[in-house]
Amino acid sequence: MNDTSSIMAVDVDGQLREFRVLDEELLPPVNEFKRFWRVFFKRKVVLICFVVVLLFVFAAFFAKWVAPYDPNEADYYSVMTQPSSTHLLGTDTLGRDLLSRIIYGTQIALEVGLITVIISAAIGTVIGLVAGYATGAVQAIIMRITDAIMAIPSLILQLLISQVVGHGTFGVVVAISLTLFPGYIRLICGQVQSVKQNDYVQAERCMGASRSRIMFKHILPNCVSPLIVQMTMMMGVAILSEASLSFLGLGITPPTPAWGSMCYDGYQYLMTNPLLSIAPGLAIMLLVLSFNMVGDGLRDALDPRLRGSLN
Amino acid sequence: MSRLLTVEGLTTEFKTERGIVRAVNNISYTVDSGEIVGVVGESGCGKSVSQMSIMGLIPSPPGKVVAGTAIFGNTDLLKLKKESKEMCEIRGNRISMIFQEPMTSLNPALTVNKQMSEMLLEHKSISKKEARERVIDMLRQVGIPDPESRADDYPHQMSGGMRQRVMVGMAMICDPALIIADEATTALDATIQAQLLEMMNNLVREHHTAMVMVTHNLGIVARYADRINVMYAGSIIESGTVKEIWANPLHPYTESLIHCVPQLGQKVEAIPGMPPSLINRPPTCPFLPRCKYRQKCCFEDPVQELTLVEGTHSTMCALRSGGAKNEQ
Amino acid sequence: MSNNIIEVRDLKMYFPVLRGLLKRKVADVKALDGISFDIKEGETLGLVGESGCGKTTVGRNLIRLYKPTDGSIVFKGKEIAKAKEKDLGWVRREMAMVFQDPYSSLNPRLNSAEIVGEPLKIHNLVSSKKEFNERVEELFVMSGLSPDMMDRYPHEYSGGQRQRLSIARALAGDPSLIICDEPISALDVSMQAQILNLLQKLQEKREGLSYLFISHDLLAVQYISKRVAVMYLGHIVEMADSEELYSHTLHPYSQALLSAQPLPDPFIEENREVVVMQGELPTPLNPPSGCTFHTRCPMAQKICSEKAPELKDVGCGHCVACHLV
Repeated sequence: MNDTSSIMAVDVDGQLREFRVLDEELLPPVNEFKRFWRVFFKRKVVLICFVVVLLFVFAAFFAKWVAPYDPNEADYYSVMTQPSSTHLLGTDTLGRDLLSRIIYGTQIALEVGLITVIISAAIGTVIGLVAGYATGAVQAIIMRITDAIMAIPSLILQLLISQVVGHGTFGVVVAISLTLFPGYIRLICGQVQSVKQNDYVQAERCMGASRSRIMFKHILPNCVSPLIVQMTMMMGVAILSEASLSFLGLGITPPTPAWGSMCYDGYQYLMTNPLLSIAPGLAIMLLVLSFNMVGDGLRDALDPRLRGSLN
Repeated sequence: MSRLLTVEGLTTEFKTERGIVRAVNNISYTVDSGEIVGVVGESGCGKSVSQMSIMGLIPSPPGKVVAGTAIFGNTDLLKLKKESKEMCEIRGNRISMIFQEPMTSLNPALTVNKQMSEMLLEHKSISKKEARERVIDMLRQVGIPDPESRADDYPHQMSGGMRQRVMVGMAMICDPALIIADEATTALDATIQAQLLEMMNNLVREHHTAMVMVTHNLGIVARYADRINVMYAGSIIESGTVKEIWANPLHPYTESLIHCVPQLGQKVEAIPGMPPSLINRPPTCPFLPRCKYRQKCCFEDPVQELTLVEGTHSTMCALRSGGAKNEQ
Repeated sequence: MSNNIIEVRDLKMYFPVLRGLLKRKVADVKALDGISFDIKEGETLGLVGESGCGKTTVGRNLIRLYKPTDGSIVFKGKEIAKAKEKDLGWVRREMAMVFQDPYSSLNPRLNSAEIVGEPLKIHNLVSSKKEFNERVEELFVMSGLSPDMMDRYPHEYSGGQRQRLSIARALAGDPSLIICDEPISALDVSMQAQILNLLQKLQEKREGLSYLFISHDLLAVQYISKRVAVMYLGHIVEMADSEELYSHTLHPYSQALLSAQPLPDPFIEENREVVVMQGELPTPLNPPSGCTFHTRCPMAQKICSEKAPELKDVGCGHCVACHLV
């Protein structure tokens, strides 16, 4: 069909033949999936943090089997014991096993983190898409409101919302989600605006594609990478927020084991039995740090500039 | 004319995960003082990398100059440590480079005068005041209107063409023996490009400076260069004076390249296919898969080195240089 | 006149310059200031000029990515300059565009078959998956790509091949006019030749396919176009048949542009006098009075700064806008 891709030339055996010149001398196929994992695990610390996150998830799922005791079972004969072979991290003021409470606390932390991240990402993405695709007044109004919400210190906003909505898991989730979603609006709005500049979006308009087709088939998929990174990072923030609220007594209500309230409970015995506060504090720190590092690794691995490259 | 630069067997490789890319493969060429040498080829043929190798500007890793010598004066440029004193003394002072993108090669935080006099103060023992005078004089020579006041402008206050003029001025200010212009005018519009090329041409002829013009534009070399090296897949496949090459292109690639540029009233003949991958290349001719003159022997014999045919005209093609056994 | 596929009359496109908190309009950038031309069926019109002369804006106006400020565009007998987006569906199929940048013009998240087949899906031109694949395969072959590569992603293609994909996509809706906006500028010399020949071949194969070929490369434009229009600062300064324009260049700007273009032949170059035009392109925000070129024109006279010249026919369809011709 295409004359440019064949030439008359002499073959190895000396005969004149028509050759198809390989236009398809393509770059060798790149396995994007493999490349992703290679880049992702290139840094040791990311690998370690990823394993830590997996361990926490495992602990949360199988708390029943992993935890040595029932987290709410009080043992008044061994109150505030030091770490020992029966209680690896000792017991708290009511004689509950600290390790078991921390393991069960993982459930709350991850649950709140995941739900808030999903809710805030969903709200933020939809509004961000609208703001990014719209221009002029609509965009200006949305973005100014977003800026205004982001200007309020998040803890104060969360306190306010949880006072209105009520304590407990539901209140915490609502409070945190409402403080986190403006971040997504900003991210997605910026991303949409930059993706919109690409010629392929202009090309779609030339082809007469509908607005929703352009938005959901061409713009949104190209915003997914930063969204995933943001969501991972926000897991850490959400977990931290939940811990702060619980520490202030406005979050998860006792006796449910939440790391924040555990920190608060042990706080009064910081001098005599520091592990009561430090252990849940360390758990918070470890999980938040791990999520941040995993987010960092994802950012590298999902970098669009790396697509198709092998390095 | 005296010999300025002699490059022998220069080979530069880049390590990638797919394998070792031999971006420059055993090239040899010379530059005499005061002449303009064109280096032509398509992207990825190694024309820029070869020049960067000589200047010690190859990012390492992943790149590495694995073989060759580049004798400039009495020094082998390839033996010098990248950031050594000798290299810095040569770079900018004896040999200078002009890059394609003037916005990234100029420091946006410094005025034109600052950047240009810095070069002078670095290499020559003169006062700041003298340096400023030299800078203004240079700016006038590269055609900047009102150089006294433009000297205190920042790069972003100038248009693309003006910035590239400043780049030329900066390259010329220490009165180097050799200028390497790497696609220096590619990003500019036709009329601005012509202004700049004319100016550069006049300037280097006047100062008797040698210039290596790296470009993909055959028209530019046809208009300005004395000699050209045609590069393909990391090798210089043909070399000679401009007229020798156009009158009688020896290598099939050169011939095809000339025919695939639209000219007034001529048909364009495209070269089928694509340049080969530079990883694990077979020892045969790199142009073989796209060549319309290929013979049986081309598939069997390893490619020969650049062979002198007549005058200064040499080619790598065995069929055209009399090196082939069964030429028809 | 009836076989004109598109007739553009006095097309104007002003971009407002907005300043301040309330985004008030403070000025206009006159990107196009009264452009008129026709493209005949099966013909290629080349549009040359330097960056900032408005040649890209012409293309984007024709395909209605922009809404013209004023003027008329009659495409296949229907006025489309002021039509609403919902009435432009047929134009979107009958007209297609090939962009300059082969990297940003293809969605990196779609595979090449999906990219090429976009117009088929948008305009519901196929009824089944099988038909879709057949059509896409046909388009691949037509554009010189191997159908084996249909499931590959754009980043696995080279620049030239990406541009072929772009062309295949443009062909999918079976258009009668393709706007090629600098389709070869980002490519290597040998790839440029391949794409030029591909475009020509497609035109031979498809009866009545027209191109608007926008480029800054005079030689490429001369090669592919039957007629060529030279633009300067939002105006067409000269328009003629390709051969006529290059052999009898009349407008001083066209002459300068042609002279600036180095020809790839040292034997011609040897005897050629290079006329270097002074100065740079004035800003379209505040274009010079009268003839916009008079600030750089070597032959400028008093009248040039006072009165804008009209594009007038000096014979054989050779139009030029200059007082001195």
